[in-house]
Amino acid sequence: MRQILELLERDAQLSPDTIATMLDKPVEEVRAAIANAEASGAIRRYRAVIDWDKVDEDPTSEEVTAFIDVSLTPARGVGFDDVAERIARFEEVRSVYLVSGTQDLRATVTGRSIRAVSDFVSQKLSTIDRVRSTATHFVLRTYKRDGVAFTPIEPDHRLRVTP
Amino acid sequence: MRPLNDVISACPPSGIRRFFDIASEMDDVISLGVGEPDFVTPWRVREAGIYALEHGYTTYTSNAGLPELRQLICEGLKQRYGADYSWQDECLITTGVSEGLDLTLRVLLNPGDEVIVPEPCYVAYEPCVAFAGGTPVRVATRWEDGFAIDPAAIEGAITPRTKAVLLGSPANPTGAVQPREALEGLVRLAEEHDLYLVSDEIYDRLTYVGTHTCLGALPGARERTVVLGGFSKAQAMTGWRVGWICAPQPVAELAVRVHQYTMLCAPHISQLAAVEALAHADDEVTAMVADYDRRRRVFVKGLRETGLECPEPQGAFYAFPSIRSSGLDSETFAEKLLHAEHVAVVPGSVFGPSGEGHVRCSYATALPLLEEALVRIDRFLRSL
Repeated sequence: MRQILELLERDAQLSPDTIATMLDKPVEEVRAAIANAEASGAIRRYRAVIDWDKVDEDPTSEEVTAFIDVSLTPARGVGFDDVAERIARFEEVRSVYLVSGTQDLRATVTGRSIRAVSDFVSQKLSTIDRVRSTATHFVLRTYKRDGVAFTPIEPDHRLRVTP
Repeated sequence: MRPLNDVISACPPSGIRRFFDIASEMDDVISLGVGEPDFVTPWRVREAGIYALEHGYTTYTSNAGLPELRQLICEGLKQRYGADYSWQDECLITTGVSEGLDLTLRVLLNPGDEVIVPEPCYVAYEPCVAFAGGTPVRVATRWEDGFAIDPAAIEGAITPRTKAVLLGSPANPTGAVQPREALEGLVRLAEEHDLYLVSDEIYDRLTYVGTHTCLGALPGARERTVVLGGFSKAQAMTGWRVGWICAPQPVAELAVRVHQYTMLCAPHISQLAAVEALAHADDEVTAMVADYDRRRRVFVKGLRETGLECPEPQGAFYAFPSIRSSGLDSETFAEKLLHAEHVAVVPGSVFGPSGEGHVRCSYATALPLLEEALVRIDRFLRSL
């Protein structure tokens, strides 16, 4: 099961047939494992990792991303969970983590502009009960995301035929 | 002008060269003809090389190579395979297995000594024997036997001049892994006839079926076996040119002697990168090996689906399908495939007469390219 998920995590386009061949398992077993993982919520979604800098379009239409560090006042019985889940519900919020360090949560927020993200932080996020403070870090450039480097792709430097 | 060296003049250029020239001029070629990993050296190893450069490790090392590297190599051989060579006086670092092979043969051979070379085999074996003054004696292995050596056939080739047997396992070009019993038979022969064994184990980590047998670890083998290894394949370090020889002390001592006069030492930077590779890059190696193994399964299944018979390659990163059903000889097959479908493979005949009827396909190529190559090979076979 773990091997199947690791392969899909690297390349979600692999067909069950190919995965079955790769791992020397019956294809039915692979299909069943994937179906199980989907049903249990282990596989949440299949998606592409896109380097938007490579997409030829008006740069002003690009989304803006910011990391927001959030300090909270914990509450008896729930700790930070209720606030974290509440923050996670917003469409604009791409990820939320509970982290160690001086802050409590780290969220990733996207918006159409710096203004849109700022408004979201000041009006929605900061105003949630028990949010004590926020610190916003706008992303200027992405070098690597989800294990994929966005540096230029090097050509194959090998000679075409070698012994 | 007076004639140049007879032995070297008589040695034909590698048969691979011609295909390289054709393939280099074509666009849209999918090359299955590459004998090196498609991975770049793991970053932590490259980073160690950069660190070494930045800090000025641009000097010679001792002739035998960095003690730390030799220790790691000998510890690894011992832990992994139970082979016992002393890092102090039975191990030296070479510029790849290529130099290791050359040194070993020069040290072992006197003019006219014969070296038995089971074939099909790596293209350099026979020329290196000849350059060292020896005479290569081919012994055929058959694909029906999975290219396993037959000790009886080897015994049949032994003459009073036979000095050594030279063998690679896992093998380029066949992907064959020699069964342990065959290797044990070989060691018995070597003991009976007082032969040296030269074991090219550059692909040791790339063994997918069963486990690798280090020839030098077999009972009775140690004092007559030279094990050659390196970093090019498993650690994806071909261009760093770093390998090693582990050999009984008298052989290693003379190998260092030739090395100190001809090469002096392997590149210091490469040796330091190799230390990092052995000390800290095992996870990366394991991941690359797992990746080759998965591609191997997909590629071999795909080849068989095109109708080609393909013995299961158990190691290295080559499939060696039979192309006899096409009615073409291997060279014509490779040339036509290259021209018609722009897929480069290497004719099996390049690796010895028993390679005829096969082509070598490297699956050290990205999966989508392998899948596209399979589509093209299938189309080519249907067009015949």
